[in-house]
Formats: sequence, structure tokens, C-alpha cells
Amino acid sequence: MHTKTLTELKTGLANGDFSSRELTEHFLARIKQHDGELNSFITVTEAQALAQADAADQAIAAGQGGLLTGLPIAHKDIFCTEGVRTSCGSKMLDTFIAPYTATVVEKMASEGAVMLGKTNMDEFAMGSSNETSYYGPVKNPWDLERVPGGSSGGAAACLGARLAPAATGTDTGGSIRQPAALNNITGLKPTYGRVSRWGMIAFASSLDQAGPMGQSAEDCALMLQAMAGHDHRDSTSLNEKVDDYLGALKDDINGLTIGIPEEFFPDTLDGAIADNSREAIRELKKLGARVVSVSLPSIKLSVPAYYVIAPAEASSNLSRFDGVRFGHRCDDPQDLEDLYKRSRSEGFGDEVKRRILVGTYALSAGYYDAYYRRAQQVRRLIRDDFARAFEKVDVLMGPTAPETAFKLGAKKDDPVSMYMADVFTIGVNLAGLPALSMPTGFINGLPTGTQVIGNYFREGQILNVAHKYQQATDWHRQLPAFGGEQ
Amino acid sequence: MAIDSKVVAQVAHLARLKVDQADSDALSSRLNDILAMVDQLQQADVTDVAPMAHPLDVTQPLRDDKVSEPDIRDKALEIAPAAEDGCFLVPRVIE
Repeated sequence: MHTKTLTELKTGLANGDFSSRELTEHFLARIKQHDGELNSFITVTEAQALAQADAADQAIAAGQGGLLTGLPIAHKDIFCTEGVRTSCGSKMLDTFIAPYTATVVEKMASEGAVMLGKTNMDEFAMGSSNETSYYGPVKNPWDLERVPGGSSGGAAACLGARLAPAATGTDTGGSIRQPAALNNITGLKPTYGRVSRWGMIAFASSLDQAGPMGQSAEDCALMLQAMAGHDHRDSTSLNEKVDDYLGALKDDINGLTIGIPEEFFPDTLDGAIADNSREAIRELKKLGARVVSVSLPSIKLSVPAYYVIAPAEASSNLSRFDGVRFGHRCDDPQDLEDLYKRSRSEGFGDEVKRRILVGTYALSAGYYDAYYRRAQQVRRLIRDDFARAFEKVDVLMGPTAPETAFKLGAKKDDPVSMYMADVFTIGVNLAGLPALSMPTGFINGLPTGTQVIGNYFREGQILNVAHKYQQATDWHRQLPAFGGEQ
Repeated sequence: MAIDSKVVAQVAHLARLKVDQADSDALSSRLNDILAMVDQLQQADVTDVAPMAHPLDVTQPLRDDKVSEPDIRDKALEIAPAAEDGCFLVPRVIE
């Protein structure tokens, strides 16, 4: 059952080939058998999953199924889930039982989804390798000595190994797309504001966006249909009509214009990475797309702009963790200041502390103009570059990540080199655009991905481009040896 | 704009973080690496460019001035590290 896509499992449930309970038990068994090595889950919610599966089976029998009825899904441990630990990969929230449920989780549950558990992640979503998690690193199912990427590394790895048929993720600078590329899955970051952030633990609020991670573009379309929509509880959520994403997969791509930003194929890029993405673009050309060159001159400043804006927002967001209202508290505080300082220093890991310090510094008196204001100005230049490109093209394409999965520990002591893992993904977050990563072949047995970036609210179009590509190729159906047939 | 141990101590205090003296040099050097990368921003010509706070030009929505959230005080206090008589408990702040 685990080699079927979410869409195929949906058909199987509708046809009565298996029940949701059988399906859910199958994935719970796979998690039990294989996750000891992979470490992709922080919490497995077995009893709750089985109860949801039984309710789904009753709904299906009564002909009352929703979009996702009976389908098991793993949620990133950044989404609050009432009554279930929500750790955000941090010691700070190791014992935090959320008192309410995030909109994304609630919407998917109301469409009948079964929650398998909460997936591992970089602490507070700050990382590109899943090595900053308090719960230990996640392994890449394609090579257990390598990282799965991050920060949605647990989601991507459990999906890559088919321990879950689908997962949710969040993407602040590439945290859905980069791990999707490294684990041979498809992942979409929607337009900023398309999916509610309510109940999603905040890292950088002007950049954070939740999205689906699936085995195919079709799976992502199915999940996004359930996730997207306006939420009055999130003031940045957009009150725009939700498109018919599955319907968009029927559109013709004949005459579609693909823009290739020269900045996404720099001379320094690994030739094999460039070749895989160029080959994917050639395939779409065969399917009727037109290809033109474009330029995004300011995109080279996206990583520096991001590493001012994201830490600045994080330093403010993470000030709520003070040891008073919830989360970790130090033993025997001497006074209030000691309580704040020791609770925060014990509760946060090194990378989180570094980013809080960078953000605090960038916002402090005397440095605000040089850092924060300037970064926000550069952010507009980057957005304007994209806007100019989209006057001429429908979508932009290039490699998702500059390299395949690297060895565990390889960049642990070099934050700046780690930050470069997101060099092709970060610009999209700064501009607020939707983008997905799809599998486009291997290098030495390790997956590579290609990014498809769309204009605002064109999730349907980029999903369709990936869907057409996936109908013509089978890279997305390749499985790692790990977790093979039971 | 290099950061030294003294600046690290000041910024750490602003962020209410405790930095051990032993880690301070290594931390300063990592932070300087990050700031050196960030300094590429100085290359950009940002004359007359308005800072961008939100990707889309949207206005903040307003809602009716009515109570919409239920009272969850008990639920919120249940997950507090220390609470008493409906209040969060902290060390004494007034001598």
C-alpha cells in the first residue's frame, strides 16, 4: 500500500480495496519498523490515528467522505495540536501540550485526514539539515549517513521512505522545497497568505508559509485544496478565492512560457545539478512549452537580506519564550532576570541563539538603518525583479538546491555555508511567491530537484507544470532501498 | 562593524540570553562570519527604494469590536511552569 500515491490511496479507499484502519495500521507498522533508524517522527499518535481511521471508515460507509477522508498524513511538529505535544524541535517546548489546534491541521481533519504523528524538524524551523533538532538529526533514506535537508527534514524523510503517504511542512526560506529535493518528493510553498498561519509556531512572520509535501504534484494539489483559504484568525491570511487545484491539472501547457533566470545557473554551480534541471526543462519543451532567458539581478542579495529580516523577526517572535507562561523554566531562579536568561539559554539550542543575537543586533539602536531598513529595501528590489520577469513569462525554473544531500555534520560548525543551501529558494520567500520542487533525477544515487516558481496565486499553474512533467517521467516514483518491501 | 565579546554581552543582555565567558569568543567569531556575509547588502543601490514589509500590498483588516475569544484562563494556566490563584508565578520583583 505504501508504494501508492495519496491520490491512488484515495481511489483505493473509495473502491473498498482496503479500509482506512488497514491503511493506517500499515503505515504505523512501517514507522515502528523503520523510524528507529530514520528518526523522522518526534511523536507518533497511534491511538488517535486509529480512532480517526475508524471514524473515517464509518464516514466512507455512509457516503459522507471529504477530500481526505481516511488518508494518513504526518504533520510537522510546528503545528499546534490540542492535547498532543507540540515541540517545534526544541527543548523549550519539550513538555508543551498545545491547548488548541492549528487551522491547517483542523482544516485537514475536517476533510477526514488521519494524523499519524508529528515530524522532526530543525529547532524552530531554523536550519537546512535537520541537525539543530533537540530530538537528534533525521537521516536521509537515500543514504543514512546524509542529512535530509531542513527544516521540514522529518516530513521529507518519512515521505521519501514511505513511512507516511503525505505530510505537511512549512517554508520560511526553503524549508519545504530543499528537503523535498533531497528526498525525491514533491513539495509546494504557496503564495504568502494563501494558507493560514494560525497555530503554526512563528519563526519569521512575514516569510513563514505552510504547504503540502507529497509523492506527486497531484497529491500536493489534493492537500492544498484542503489547506488553503482565508482565516479571520490570521490577519495576514488573504481573502482571495481558492482555486480548483485538481481541476487546474487538466489545463494544457502548450504555449506556456518558461523563464530561465541566468542567476540560477551560475558558473560555480555543480554541472550535474545544472544538467538535471536543464533536462527537465527540455522535457517540458517537448510537451509544448516555450523557453526564454530572463535575469533577476538583485537575487544575489537574497541570502544576505534574508539573514537580516528572518533573524530580526525571529528575535521578536521568540521573545515570548520567557519561562513564565509556558515552555521550559530553569530551576531555582534567583530573580526575574535570572529566570528569563537561564530559561531561555537552557531551552534554546546554539543556532536559535545565534539567530536571536543577530536579529537583536540588527534591530538595535544605531544599526537599524544599516541592516534592517536596507534589507527591507533590497527585499523590494528582489520582488520587483520577479515582477518584471513575470511580465514576460508564466513560470520560472532552475535547480532547487545547489547540491545533493550532504554528510551529517559536514556544515555543522559553519553557519554561513549552511545558509547557502537555500541560495535558490530564499528569493521566493522574500517576494512572497508560490514555488514547488519536483524530483528531476539523481546524481550518484542521490535525488535532485527542480524548482518551478509561479506568479502570485498561480499554485494551480505550477502544480500543473509539475503534473505534466510527472506524467511524462517517472523520477518521482523512484524509491530508496531503505524501507523496501515488507 | 566587527562584534567582540563586549558587544556580544550587551546584545545577549538585550535578548535576555546568558552567554558563558568560555563560549563568547567562538560565538563572536560565528556572528562576525554571518555579519560579513550580510554586509554584501551595502553593495545595493537603494536610493529612493521604499522598504518592503509585506509581499503583497494589503491593508490590515478590521473586525467588529466584540468579544470573540472564549475565556481560556484555566487552560492557559494548566501549561504554565508555575501558577497560583489564577496567576502566573514568578520570583519576587518588589523588595
